[in-house]
Amino acid sequence: MKILVPVKRVVDYNVKVRVKNDESGIELDNVKMSMNPFDEIAVEEALRLKEKGIASEVIAISIGVTQVQETIRNALAMGADSGIFVEVNDTLEPLTVAKIIASIAKKENIDLMILGKQAIDDDMNATGQMISALLNWPQATFASKVEITDKTAKVSREVDGGTENIEITLPAIITTDLRLNEPRYASLPNIMKAKKKPINEIKVNDLKIDITQKLEILKVEEPSKREAGIMVKTVEELFDKLQNEAKVI
Amino acid sequence: MNVLVIAEHNNDEILPATLNAVNAAKQIGTVDLFVIGNDCQDVIDSGNKIEGLNKVLFCNNKVYENPLAENISTLIQSVSKDYTHIFFANTANGKNTAPRLAALLDVMIIPDVIEIIDHNTFKRPIYAGNAIATVRSSDTCKVITVRTTAFEKATFGEKEAAKIEILSSEITNLTKYISSELSKNERPELTAADIVVSGGRGLGSSENFQILEKLADKLGAAMGASRAAVDAGYVPNDWQVGQTGKVVAPDLYIAAGISGAIQHLAGMKDSKVIVAINKDEDAPIFTVSDYGLADDLFKAVPELEKLIK
Repeated sequence: MKILVPVKRVVDYNVKVRVKNDESGIELDNVKMSMNPFDEIAVEEALRLKEKGIASEVIAISIGVTQVQETIRNALAMGADSGIFVEVNDTLEPLTVAKIIASIAKKENIDLMILGKQAIDDDMNATGQMISALLNWPQATFASKVEITDKTAKVSREVDGGTENIEITLPAIITTDLRLNEPRYASLPNIMKAKKKPINEIKVNDLKIDITQKLEILKVEEPSKREAGIMVKTVEELFDKLQNEAKVI
Repeated sequence: MNVLVIAEHNNDEILPATLNAVNAAKQIGTVDLFVIGNDCQDVIDSGNKIEGLNKVLFCNNKVYENPLAENISTLIQSVSKDYTHIFFANTANGKNTAPRLAALLDVMIIPDVIEIIDHNTFKRPIYAGNAIATVRSSDTCKVITVRTTAFEKATFGEKEAAKIEILSSEITNLTKYISSELSKNERPELTAADIVVSGGRGLGSSENFQILEKLADKLGAAMGASRAAVDAGYVPNDWQVGQTGKVVAPDLYIAAGISGAIQHLAGMKDSKVIVAINKDEDAPIFTVSDYGLADDLFKAVPELEKLIK
């Protein structure tokens, strides 16, 4: 079984992002970039399936500027076998990303795709569902547990109010939620080994996919700030404020 | 402009998220509701009394007993040509289905809309709400999910909208629903509650959450939690408030033992009144709270509960 794991390079989750003064976007100069945390969970899940003997090969793919190859290297250092790098300098939206990944998945005869449920930069939560629509594959989004036997996957999904269990026939798409697993750290020897693993480069023009954006970003601004209120000294004072000032209880 | 709103329901009743989505849709144009389910006549009958609807489409068929995205999206696609906009509430179901439908229509999804500027232009939070993007869509049919807390709820009236039956569409046998494990509780639903009582790592254990639950029960509040408390296994995952959990905006949000990580604030900072109880007076939660109490929650919360009649 061949697993494809799309990984995205995003602003590190510990960075406090700043909006650019001209409101054209987020300040990205000299900002630490990392693999999207949900994608790390996806890589980990794929590696565990390989270690259990269920998967034979784990391929990481990333699309974007030349630096996204570092993110692919991270996946290789965690244990993925090889990488695919699609170089694009324009900003892409999930629909285009989905088209690129779907076309590569077909060529590579992928059996299972695992990806993060959303990227922590644009918070779209769309790419997995879109790829599965384009390929007409089943989708199991927001997975918190995955069990694979032969050609089916039993997946527990985090839904409003609890958990939903579904069964999907492969090839299929799984998107990861936070509690699926705890991703491993890459060890130093594995980081060294990853440098020798192959990354296959693909030119986006060769894929003949229209990359024009349909959803244009006009402006990015700071959210309205919430003013800090007052500190109360006692529970009685708090109760009084809630009852007589805020009138909420 | 013709807008189709996909009803969020449980086959017995319309869920409140639908009402927020309908009101958001009214800002665009004429609104139709689409009820997809099984044995859901009550949903259809109450749905068509929502104020201001043009008509109610329905497909009441056992193949739609459970809302599998694969089946729902092709059904919605079958009626999509009549609409300029298709609205979902940004619930787990909405998030699961809307992007799939968008890809089938070859349009870009517009997720988590918090403000409608005009029929092409919308505001949505990015980077966990640390920035707000204004986006403009050039697609002829716009598939949108709306953040329910950003829009008022539509009300029910007396006038009934026309009902139109839609035939079921292509069904997949590649995805099968097996079961659900839904948390049982008597409290209001977290995203729809007027008051939310939330606990964090400061609670220290699952048992200690009972202190908060007593307060919640007295206030008729829903229970929430920070990611730290969920990850520690104190409470179920569907209690999680935050960037990757639920976004809430109740009239009153009480945060106890929650430090106020950015990702938690993203899920509750639009609440009308925020109360923070934390023994660490430097906790970031106090920068967003209206009323802060730097005190031991194990002492303060029971005291507060006793004061409430």
